[in-house]
Amino acid sequence: MSSRRSRSSRQTGASMISEDQINDLVLQLHRLLPELGNNHRRSGKVSASKVLQETCTYIRNLNKEVDDLSERLSQLLESTDSAQAALIRSLLM
Amino acid sequence: MASLFSDNEQPPTNSNSISTVLVGKKKSLSASTGDGESYARWRSEKQQRIYSAKLIQALKQVRLSSSSSASTSSPTAQKRGKAVREAADRALAVSARGRTLWSRAILANRIKLKFRKQKRPRQTVVPAVTTVVTTGASSSRGRKPRVSVVGLNKKSLPTVNRKVRSLGRLVPGCKKESVPVILEEATDYIQALEMQVRAMNSLVELLSGYSGSAPPPI
Repeated sequence: MSSRRSRSSRQTGASMISEDQINDLVLQLHRLLPELGNNHRRSGKVSASKVLQETCTYIRNLNKEVDDLSERLSQLLESTDSAQAALIRSLLM
Repeated sequence: MASLFSDNEQPPTNSNSISTVLVGKKKSLSASTGDGESYARWRSEKQQRIYSAKLIQALKQVRLSSSSSASTSSPTAQKRGKAVREAADRALAVSARGRTLWSRAILANRIKLKFRKQKRPRQTVVPAVTTVVTTGASSSRGRKPRVSVVGLNKKSLPTVNRKVRSLGRLVPGCKKESVPVILEEATDYIQALEMQVRAMNSLVELLSGYSGSAPPPI
């Protein structure tokens, strides 16, 4: 959406950050978040601080998940023996 | 094999590459209007294929380096896990093609150079393949009623500011950026992380399927 970027006035050097812009960004962020408790919430308002809070939590969770996964991956890479390693290698080539 | 990525794909045979397994799923999410570009970037199949290929390459290098230097460095489990994480992050950052702050920050940290601060290209180059596959049913993220943001008034600005700052500390490379930059980077970063999780999940599943003696059940 180039329109969103062209609306930003950072190109001019002045830090004129419009409320609208921030609203948009917060909305965007809210759309990305997993809606755990929001399914019954039909009101059309989101609270900015809540969105930010949930974003922080979500990023932390994602980071932790990636860490756990990489831990598992490292163990798996260690534990596969040479025959299977050759098999995997042949698949990867 | 119940790959996390596939729901309507036929099961992979041995002749397929791993990357096909990893990116089997046709996402049925439709692009929301506001963040179409970054959304499409991290959800497209092409992007997932690119990332999974890079990830596998990076992991192979990690494996080789760890096995070769096994005698010199003490290969603790934590160190190996961290190496894997760093390789995955690097692959992710490279897949971003340098258009985002966090990806440049990750790469700069690894190489320990100082990247000169590049202006992000304002005339966004739309990649050739940004079609988000929409197949009928939309998920919960697709159709939402119009929402408005409250709580951005002057009175609560310090609180909001504080939260944005803490968010900026979570996203690599955004500690000192302005609010809209942090928000934008955060949206991109979240989507990239989600893709990373999906890719690594599939990889783990694949590998754990192979570590048993029998081939994975089709």
